[in-house]
Amino acid sequence: MSENLSGGAQPAGMDEIYAEAEQWHVNTGNETIHAKRISGRWRTIKWLAASVWLIFFLGPYLRWDGRQAVLFDIPNRQYHLFGVTVLPQDFWMLSLLLLFFAILLAVATALAGRVYCGYFCFQTVWTDVFTLIEEKLEGNPAQRRKLASAPLTAEKIRVKAIKHLSWMVIGFVTGFSFVAWFYGAGKLWQDFFVGNANAAVYAAVALFTVGTYVLAGWLREQVCFWLCPYARIQGVMLDRTTVVPTYDEGRGEPRGRMQKGETEATRTTGDCVDCNQCVAVCPTGVDIRNGQQEGCITCGLCIDACNAVMDKLGRPRGLIRYASLDEIEGQSVPPMIARPRVWVYGAILVLALSGIIYGLSSLAAIELKVLHERAPLFVQLSDGSIQNKYTLKVLNKTNEDLMVSVSVEADVPVTVTGAEEPIAAKHGEVNPGIVFVKIDRDHLDAESVPLTFVASATQPDGTEVQATRESAFFGPRP
Amino acid sequence: MAENNPFPGENNTGHFWDDNLRELKNPPPRWWMIAFWASVAWWVLYAILYPMWPALPGQSDGENDFTRGILGWTSIKEYKQGVEQVEAVRAQYDEQIAEMTPAEIIEDPGLLQYTLASSKVLFGDYCAGCHGSGGQGNPGYPVLADDDWLYGGSLGKITETISNGRKGAMTAHADILTEAEIDQLANFVVDLAEDGEGSEAGWALYNEKGCQACHGAEANGVLAELPNGDIVTVGAANLTDSIWRFRPGGYESAKHTIKYGVNQSGVEQTRDAVMPAFSQQGQLEGKLSPQQIKMLTVYVHQLGGGQ
Ligand code: SF4
Ligand code: SF4
Repeated sequence: MSENLSGGAQPAGMDEIYAEAEQWHVNTGNETIHAKRISGRWRTIKWLAASVWLIFFLGPYLRWDGRQAVLFDIPNRQYHLFGVTVLPQDFWMLSLLLLFFAILLAVATALAGRVYCGYFCFQTVWTDVFTLIEEKLEGNPAQRRKLASAPLTAEKIRVKAIKHLSWMVIGFVTGFSFVAWFYGAGKLWQDFFVGNANAAVYAAVALFTVGTYVLAGWLREQVCFWLCPYARIQGVMLDRTTVVPTYDEGRGEPRGRMQKGETEATRTTGDCVDCNQCVAVCPTGVDIRNGQQEGCITCGLCIDACNAVMDKLGRPRGLIRYASLDEIEGQSVPPMIARPRVWVYGAILVLALSGIIYGLSSLAAIELKVLHERAPLFVQLSDGSIQNKYTLKVLNKTNEDLMVSVSVEADVPVTVTGAEEPIAAKHGEVNPGIVFVKIDRDHLDAESVPLTFVASATQPDGTEVQATRESAFFGPRP
Repeated sequence: MAENNPFPGENNTGHFWDDNLRELKNPPPRWWMIAFWASVAWWVLYAILYPMWPALPGQSDGENDFTRGILGWTSIKEYKQGVEQVEAVRAQYDEQIAEMTPAEIIEDPGLLQYTLASSKVLFGDYCAGCHGSGGQGNPGYPVLADDDWLYGGSLGKITETISNGRKGAMTAHADILTEAEIDQLANFVVDLAEDGEGSEAGWALYNEKGCQACHGAEANGVLAELPNGDIVTVGAANLTDSIWRFRPGGYESAKHTIKYGVNQSGVEQTRDAVMPAFSQQGQLEGKLSPQQIKMLTVYVHQLGGGQ
């Protein structure tokens, strides 16, 4: 072996393999990506999608019925959503909600790749804003690179300090707004700056400030490459029909720079002029001309860039465009409606959504639980009748305290003690009560008799609310 | 080696074997290294802030068998703080209860809930051994969950019972009455328990033999009733209801009680019926405090719905 290869001689074919290796570039963040900012259709859409995040910042200031419209009050275990109050007992709806969003993400990915990544993901949006600030302070990508390698001057320090400070401020506002959803915005403003909020609040805000600063300021696309699990599983969700930013190879190749004196009629090259604009604008540093790849977040900015070039050259737009692999290869593309995936995903979405709607619309105002005393299971009274003891738990899910009266229904005559007075049920709480049920020995023809407990109350606005619970009465063997 | 590197710019370590077999440097991504060193820094910081190392052999004195950490945090300390917090909450209730009578506690739904919940532990420690965890009683020990009270079921009477204890007494009649008389009386109390009415002959014998002196003129264990509703009793059982003081009850059981009595010293087969006084003794931490007795009174009173 060693004789053959001495002096660096290589067997035939190795050159090609090495050439391929040249192309193989893994972005591990050793080089900061300074993407060029240009305007265009997808850029506008990107801003529109990103602006939805304003709800995150402004939402906590929305009021409803004299309180914060959406408030996740963890200490009191009450979750207010406009007119509805959800208690932990209703949390099965949360699992449906999570299912809904998980499937929505899957549908979106199957149909249009990582649109979520490109337009809406907080990592993308925050990074976008952070780099915008960077551009405003340090200039365009070329100036930024120059500044990075320039010696440390007072001016450089000033610019950098302002940049990092504004990043921190955004991080802080992010954390503050997040906590406001849980703590109440008004209370947070009052407590936070005078040191009256609790440790969890400060810890959460600090975590968010640092997290936002590090993730959007420093890690940026590295998060998408190496940290985000969703980025990793997208590979199994895409197929040949998924619409993603694609370079139309047939049209573009052979790529080549414009030559002096060459006209549209005489050129021997394809439509791609190898101007590298698509790479320059890419926030993750991807060359989309190598095909769809793990780094691409489907943001469409390279489409804007290439279209601008094509416009300048007078060539048709869409050398890079949203297209599926099938479409690019000229295969017939079935309409969306004819794909089984769409139906399966759609059905799950509809199911989850109807579950949530059903849950929200049928939220019971009160709930009743009945625990039968087991020691003793029953007791014989001096008149020979049998008595059972029950602990009641009345959950009042309304926003008002209620007087809940409890009655017992059975096929045999029963005497109920302990329920003469209604139970004062505080709102949002489980209120206990103890009830004794007595049945005459003559009416007991089985070891157990089914009972139905009925709790009912009148709300301040006059509506009747009711909850029932099945239980049983136990006695000695007849 | 590195001077005549045949593979320049390849990022190798400069170690070669057999001409072209070489060791490459393949550094992990920078963020990975940053995270790695950050974790190392974290553990150093952790070791400074928190208890982490066991003390060297010979240096541990039981208390300080680990490095303390400058925050001084320990899990036992955190636990104790938690207990303090709970106790601060309980103190509010306990203070109110100290000022109130059992009747007033029952009137206040919040305090009643607190009392029932916290006395459950007391009941389990002091009472459940004989009376059962839910007051369901045991052979020889009365049921507390029913409506039959030997010494009265008012709050005052229950307090008295828990504080001072009770000891019933009934003469052993084996030598006093004839076998036929015992038989007749046993049948008489079974009749009473079943339909509340005894034969005239039975009543005559009952009165003649002096049973009414303890069990009362109506055989219901009541000697007299006070204006406040309390009853005067010596703790003799109510013979007219269907609850038997000594189980299993019925003819044989009644005969046994009549023959050998209750708490008769020297009578081997006598019935035991003794409850200790809890204001003086309690197995766990000495006697029960008045506050504990008050809370237990409420608890026992509510077991069967109160009387
Ligand atoms: S390749 Fe294009 S679509 Fe993909 S991330 Fe880069 S700019 Fe966005
Ligand atoms: S922007 Fe368009 S023309 Fe320019 S290099 Fe990219 S694909 Fe080719």
